[in-house]
Amino acid sequence: MCVGIPAQVVELQPSGPHTAIVDVDGAQREVNTIMVDDEPLAVGDWVLLHVGFAMSKIDAAEAAETLAFMRELGSVYDEEIEAFTSDLP
Amino acid sequence: MKYVDEFRDPQAARRLLADIADAAAGQPSRKFMEVCGGHTHAIYRHGIEALLPASIELIHGPGCPVCVIPMGRVDDAVAVACAEGVTMCCFGDMLRVPGGESTLLEAKARGADVRIVYSPLDALALAERLPDRQVVFLAVGFETTAPSTAVTLLQARERRVDNFSVFCNHVTIVPPLKAILDSPGLDLDGFLGPGHVSTVIGTRPYRFVPEQYGRPLVTAGFEPVDILQSVLMLLRQLSEGRCEVENQYRRVVSGDGNDRALALLREVFVVRPHFEWRGLGFIAQSALAIAPEFAPWDAELRYEVPGVRVADPKACQCGEVLKGALRPWECKVFGTACTPETPIGTCMVSSEGACAAYYNYGRYSSRSRIPVHAT
Repeated sequence: MCVGIPAQVVELQPSGPHTAIVDVDGAQREVNTIMVDDEPLAVGDWVLLHVGFAMSKIDAAEAAETLAFMRELGSVYDEEIEAFTSDLP
Repeated sequence: MKYVDEFRDPQAARRLLADIADAAAGQPSRKFMEVCGGHTHAIYRHGIEALLPASIELIHGPGCPVCVIPMGRVDDAVAVACAEGVTMCCFGDMLRVPGGESTLLEAKARGADVRIVYSPLDALALAERLPDRQVVFLAVGFETTAPSTAVTLLQARERRVDNFSVFCNHVTIVPPLKAILDSPGLDLDGFLGPGHVSTVIGTRPYRFVPEQYGRPLVTAGFEPVDILQSVLMLLRQLSEGRCEVENQYRRVVSGDGNDRALALLREVFVVRPHFEWRGLGFIAQSALAIAPEFAPWDAELRYEVPGVRVADPKACQCGEVLKGALRPWECKVFGTACTPETPIGTCMVSSEGACAAYYNYGRYSSRSRIPVHAT
């Protein structure tokens, strides 16, 4: 929850302002982008995701490094991905 | 040097370790606290403690929001979950946090409707899907997650979702740092500042650490080389007689933080006069409550909760571990009565907790330090 996961924007505003579809390791989900919308967001941009919210923009190199690092962390990453891909309970 | 070879940039790590050894050689022993649970996890996962010179000790701080929830608040959450018609939504790692009476998982087994969500927005969507239920979101976390709860409350008000409310346990990172600096007998020489919390609050709020307490602080990234570089930056500040806030994690953290997120926090929350932290006791102005304008969505006002302070189990020494006064394995019940499967204390519950991280990764490496020879 406290370590953000890098996600790549694949679609803008699927459900109106401040929404985007992002991809994490092949899994996709709608997230809220209000916290990073002071600068325009583009498809292909990378963001750090916390509990369904993009909290900051990062560059592609940082995203790749963080993803690799999170995979090494094992269980934490798996839990995040599992939570990210889960449907409404 | 087995671990270093497994780092993605072993050469950079070796260089940093050599520089750290040089810098540490001319200094007395140093104790640095890493505040963030993510750092704790990374430090154990990568065996970083064993790579550092023996004169450098890393103390694991209170930066795991699950670990600092006191038992009384868990009892309150269980009471809300057991109220008539309630569906309680929480993050997965809250399920097994022990209260004085039970965990949320045990409440669920007894018939309470407790569900795991990924995002507070999922809880709000669930409320809209289940108009006959009262959906309560159990909010926990530092400034990294509090803005998300703020947006969710704004949406609940805008869409008039009356069967939704939030049981708010958001906490803030600066007051516990102060509490730790004020607690007697903790001779810390510097801090590794949290990474992602700082994307929201920026680095400015940490200035009191050098200015009022004379300790350096470096906001650090999560990679092993980030952590090593931050340790080196702390050592260099100390050897050069500097004492300031430095930012190792510039590629993600800015000095100012995220204006939008901070504005959301100001709009939706008010600072509580005091809040209990597990192991640290009551800390003034250390947590957020829902502002009066959002009272209809405040579960604390909507439900009767015991609101009783519950003392931690006698055998459990989470408080000492959270303050860094005790190493995880020095706790009497570590790994015997208290394990990730059957946690007694919160530090063993969350994977960001010092005890769980140490149990999972550190058990066999940290007790015997490996001498460092840079190659």
